[in-house]
Amino acid sequence: MADEQSSYENVVEMRGIVKRFPGVLASDHVDFSLRRGEIHALLGENGAGKSTLMNILAGLYRQDSGSISVNGRPVTFSSPRDAIKAGIGMVHQHFMLVPSQTVTENVLLGLDDPRFLMRLSEYDKKVAELGEQFGLRVDPRAKVWQLSVGEQQRVEILKMLYRGAQVLIMDEPTAVLAPQEIEDLFETLRSMTLQGKSIIFISHKLNEVASIADRITVLRRGQMTAGGVSAVGVSTQELARLMVGRAVVFHLDKSPASPGEVVLDVKDVYAENDKGLPALRGLSLNVRKGEIVGVAGVAGNGQRELSQVIGGLRKCAKGEVRLKGELVSNRSALYGIQRGLAYVPEDRTHVGSAPNLSVTDNVIMKKYRQAPISHSGLLDMNQATRFAKGLKEAYDIIVPTVETPVRLLSGGNLQRVILAREISGEPDFMVAVQPTRGLDVGAIEGVHRLLLTQREAGSGVLLISEELDELLWLSDRIYVIYEGRIMGEIQLGGGDASQETVDVIGQMMTGTPLENIRMERDA
Amino acid sequence: MKPSQKEWISRLVDGLLPVFATLAALLVGAVMLLFLRVNPLQAYAALWEGAFGSSNALAETLVKATPLLLVALGICISFRGDVINIGGEGQMIVGALLAAWLGLTFTDWPGWVMIPAAMLAGFIGGAVWGGIPGFLKAYFNVNEILSTVMMNAIAVQLMNFLLRGPMIDPSQAELASKIPQTARLVEAFRLARLAPTRLHLGALIAVILAVLVYILLWRTTLGYRIRAVGQNPHASRYAGINVKRHIVMALLLSGAFAGLAGAVQVFGVNYRMITDGSASGFTGSAGFNGIVAALFGQLHPIWSIPASVLFGALLVGANSMQRAMQVPSALITALNGLVVVFVVSSEIWRQRRQRRRLASAPETESSPGSGAASPESAEEAV
Repeated sequence: MADEQSSYENVVEMRGIVKRFPGVLASDHVDFSLRRGEIHALLGENGAGKSTLMNILAGLYRQDSGSISVNGRPVTFSSPRDAIKAGIGMVHQHFMLVPSQTVTENVLLGLDDPRFLMRLSEYDKKVAELGEQFGLRVDPRAKVWQLSVGEQQRVEILKMLYRGAQVLIMDEPTAVLAPQEIEDLFETLRSMTLQGKSIIFISHKLNEVASIADRITVLRRGQMTAGGVSAVGVSTQELARLMVGRAVVFHLDKSPASPGEVVLDVKDVYAENDKGLPALRGLSLNVRKGEIVGVAGVAGNGQRELSQVIGGLRKCAKGEVRLKGELVSNRSALYGIQRGLAYVPEDRTHVGSAPNLSVTDNVIMKKYRQAPISHSGLLDMNQATRFAKGLKEAYDIIVPTVETPVRLLSGGNLQRVILAREISGEPDFMVAVQPTRGLDVGAIEGVHRLLLTQREAGSGVLLISEELDELLWLSDRIYVIYEGRIMGEIQLGGGDASQETVDVIGQMMTGTPLENIRMERDA
Repeated sequence: MKPSQKEWISRLVDGLLPVFATLAALLVGAVMLLFLRVNPLQAYAALWEGAFGSSNALAETLVKATPLLLVALGICISFRGDVINIGGEGQMIVGALLAAWLGLTFTDWPGWVMIPAAMLAGFIGGAVWGGIPGFLKAYFNVNEILSTVMMNAIAVQLMNFLLRGPMIDPSQAELASKIPQTARLVEAFRLARLAPTRLHLGALIAVILAVLVYILLWRTTLGYRIRAVGQNPHASRYAGINVKRHIVMALLLSGAFAGLAGAVQVFGVNYRMITDGSASGFTGSAGFNGIVAALFGQLHPIWSIPASVLFGALLVGANSMQRAMQVPSALITALNGLVVVFVVSSEIWRQRRQRRRLASAPETESSPGSGAASPESAEEAV
């Protein structure tokens, strides 16, 4: 049990935390401190190292170096059980509940008490009281499968409180919630801090962080870009900049744009995400031949769904997508492919490729239907191998043989395989989602070159990325997406984008439409 | 790039690994035989003699191996498509029923018409019986392991009903014994035999089909799609492949080969359909053992040929070992089980070796920071 009599101001102190995964420095000397009774937001993009840091604190991972102290005393956790004993509990993004059991049964799951006899009614009362105390309304006798997602989250919080947690780590708690549920959650979190609990709030949503947090720590690529700054004196634009960063690594020569006719036209598209919540709400944009059009925005604002609707993997409820004037939305993926649509998906290993199949099998994935690789249903493996070898040479894919399964390839090489396949189809239009995520600098440059080559070859490219720098370097125009809508469009000239442009984009990323920004400025 | 000499040796070891595993299983079996006070050397000599000792023994082994191979070919297709087909027994039965019905109904057809037609009937019967669970899986997300097993139960009852009722041998119907069996096929319909043994044309058909299945899986667009869907349905959908249709296709083809195995048993071995009221009474459990043979052959149609012969030999040889040495029949079952456990374990070991070897291949660079994505981003991906 955590000792509540301690008057130490910082409940948690993490110093110089380093955690390395194969090929990735997930946490690079990060300091983090949590004061009693505060809500401390941990802000950063996907892959910035937020979850890694908190998994260390919750006893799931162990740091390579650095120290943790709780209430002033140094601790080492070897399991989540140790962490909860020290009063630290984590509510994961994906709930860990048994659907067929009641709320009370779930709360008691894995505890030593009750030992053998279950007098559930007694425990029902305890759970109900605990819920009352923190404003977590949920019926202890209800089965978990009957509960809404918001209620299930409350059960997860109750589980931690019942175990005596003084510090609650909430991993992206709002990702699964509807807006009114988010309001309820925030109220609960505030009431918990009033009763002495401390909360770590992991998120990449700027507005939420600004409205709930007392202090904010920002991570970017495993490094701390802001450590425990007060939420009062910092603007969301400032936070966006800290999150996305702006460090110029290299420059690419870019010829001036010479856009031709419109090749992709997205008109007033509405679509839902996997959970059935609205993801795109009347989104419109277009891409012309010979230009790269960027889509900027914080993760989870509909980028994934937009690419899927274009690629034919997701139905749209309203609106239409036209490729060279032809309707491609709400048809099969094949329909678009056959009409010159290339698609570099966000998830290289699960969508973009079949990991256990060879390089050859992967590069012919969209070509195997046509001569010379196949004739009336028979594959010509000699042709396929020749084709794969050609791509291996042309795109510098480093691999022992084209028979090697692609799961053995590094991220950069795998991305080259995917790009080689897509570009070799000589597409009129390409949508690329996060094409450089997780790649090292050299590989990033290679991918950027390929995208620019596509533009020079006269094809249209829609580049969806969370890396603002990347978008600023490559794009001729940038749309900013927020909650499934386009907030505005910015025309970029040659050369570096001005600080003012970046600020405007930052404001749009946090939900201010361009016309409002302009009106404000004019006023 | 040519494999180096060291790689060659290590590949050879991989290829021979199932053989080593089989020997190791027999070694454990020898210990069990010792406990039964039986000389293991004599016992294994009897096994060898029974399986390969004479041309007749060899022929029996191949006769047993034929349905195993046919079922195994279907298993290669379905497992490559990542659908598990446990319904080989039922598919064999339905294929055999349809073929037997054809053979007993149109007795005036010439043999060269009937035999291909009957094989096709077996193929179609099995395809239907495999296609139903495939359809249920693809469009209603019904677990194919459960549905194929249940289809087995339905097939057995269908067989018992037909063989005791509408399709019963008229002479049995008159007798009080009422053995569930059909009448015999006319002589013109029987698959050619290599006299004086029981080895029949079906073995040759199975080997030819093994080559065709290899071509299907690796040299046709259909096989490519089935394998792609099996490896990664998401990537396949993204590449424009109709995933649902190919799930159905994988199970349908898998069932078709099992159905063909049933037809071959009727037209090549028994010349009638006969059972003892259980599925294995007709199939001899080939619908299940074929899965083992396919796994033993590393889900490769060509490698499934020796694998099927090995299991055929074990089945035949074990029988004569049992007769010669008076060992309990349970030991034979145990011996078969040991071989399966050892071979499957060695397969896992082989895969691990292969992974290590490929991972240490000098050309496969993996520069720091170029991992597919940081572990965290994988976890955070919603």
